[in-house]
Amino acid sequence: MYPAKFDYLAPESLEETLSILAERGDEVKILAGGQSLIPMMKLRFARPSTLLDINRLPGLDKIESSNGHVTVGALVRHNDVVRSDVISSENALMASAAPWVADPIVRNLGTVCGSVAHHDPEGDWASVMLALGAEVVATSKEGTEHFHPGADGERITGGSRVIPIDRFLVDMFTTSLHPSEIITEIRVPRYERGGGNYQKLERKIGDYATVGVAAHLELDDQDKISKAGLALTSVASSNLKVTEAEQMLVGESPGEELFAEAAKVARDACEPASDVRGSAEYKRHVVEVYTRRALAEASQIAQGGES
Amino acid sequence: MNITVNVNGTDHTADVEPRRLLVDFIRSTLKLTGTHIGCDTTSCGVCTVLLDGTPVKSCTVFAVQANGRSITTVEGLKQNGQLSPIQEAFKEHHGLQCGFCTPAMMLVGSALIEENPDPSDDDVRWAISGNLCRCTGYMNIVKSIQAAAAATREGASA
Repeated sequence: MYPAKFDYLAPESLEETLSILAERGDEVKILAGGQSLIPMMKLRFARPSTLLDINRLPGLDKIESSNGHVTVGALVRHNDVVRSDVISSENALMASAAPWVADPIVRNLGTVCGSVAHHDPEGDWASVMLALGAEVVATSKEGTEHFHPGADGERITGGSRVIPIDRFLVDMFTTSLHPSEIITEIRVPRYERGGGNYQKLERKIGDYATVGVAAHLELDDQDKISKAGLALTSVASSNLKVTEAEQMLVGESPGEELFAEAAKVARDACEPASDVRGSAEYKRHVVEVYTRRALAEASQIAQGGES
Repeated sequence: MNITVNVNGTDHTADVEPRRLLVDFIRSTLKLTGTHIGCDTTSCGVCTVLLDGTPVKSCTVFAVQANGRSITTVEGLKQNGQLSPIQEAFKEHHGLQCGFCTPAMMLVGSALIEENPDPSDDDVRWAISGNLCRCTGYMNIVKSIQAAAAATREGASA
């Protein structure tokens, strides 16, 4: 299978990349790992007239911990997350999700930022980022002038917009990224006492999730839940943040009954479709069971019981 | 577009369309047909080659992306005209039946051994989980990769 013809550009600096996007962003698709984009181009679901390969840009392949955030650069591959010491010591949810993204060979090329930008509702990272309350850093040549500072919870820093993940993800395959912008990194808030877990049901390795559940919990010094994140994969038209469940968890002491209640809320909130991976009813059931498990695991890690 | 790709230690320069897939560049332009095409949809892994030492599915990479980089295909496994430990192990332990997935399995196996010289049964199964063997000959593939790891360790300590 062959994609439609396209022009290929492989700039070697971010400056050059931003100029190209400013000039002809409308006709450009950015190629990072390409593990979703190239298959879509081969099926001709995507027909960009220009492919902008960012793999030669320096400095975007780093995972770093600083200034209250863990940052994941645009060229960080799924397997970089699997192998990262920063992630294994600082973010339990990302560490638990990374090995379940696609398959080991796809993980060598596919990127975290690319997966979020693609926003397939069956993608794992968008749920993880929703549960963590991540922010997407979108950089453009126009920088601040082009946008309204402070609108819709967006913050402006330098030539970049810092977009809260729930405002970045608009709908299936749709984000609030402007054609002149590129995601340069995703920022995940650091935490003192917290834990997280990703539960994924898949028919085989490399398949999309039948159901995925991302849970993140933080505890205060009285062992009450101070922050909760819960998001679901593959069971709605978009990755689904279960705000109602998050709210009922905050301020409470972690425990089986509480998690069972939150799991019922998640079950009721999701809108799965019946398909080859299972009936809607089955998926709802799995959402409930996996939410309970993910929260219990997250809570155990938060309380210092590494699993 | 003119690209130069180092394949199995030799630089190859060619004029390719940007949409030319790496697997077709390897098979049709370079005539290295040990790299196979299976599903053509990033699922089966039989087109796996090493890009700068890392396994990638060459049906999901454009040849232009490999410009200035190094590729290893199954043809590059042989060392000084002799079978490499991974090839020897697949032969000894019956690690192949029809042979279609074998080039990819050996490349993934050799990349695993490079990273983890003593992989457990689980480590091997995890590493090859992006590669399908439709003969379902997984038991002997795992055995072969572990035997190659053992042979490589012995070779290194000898």
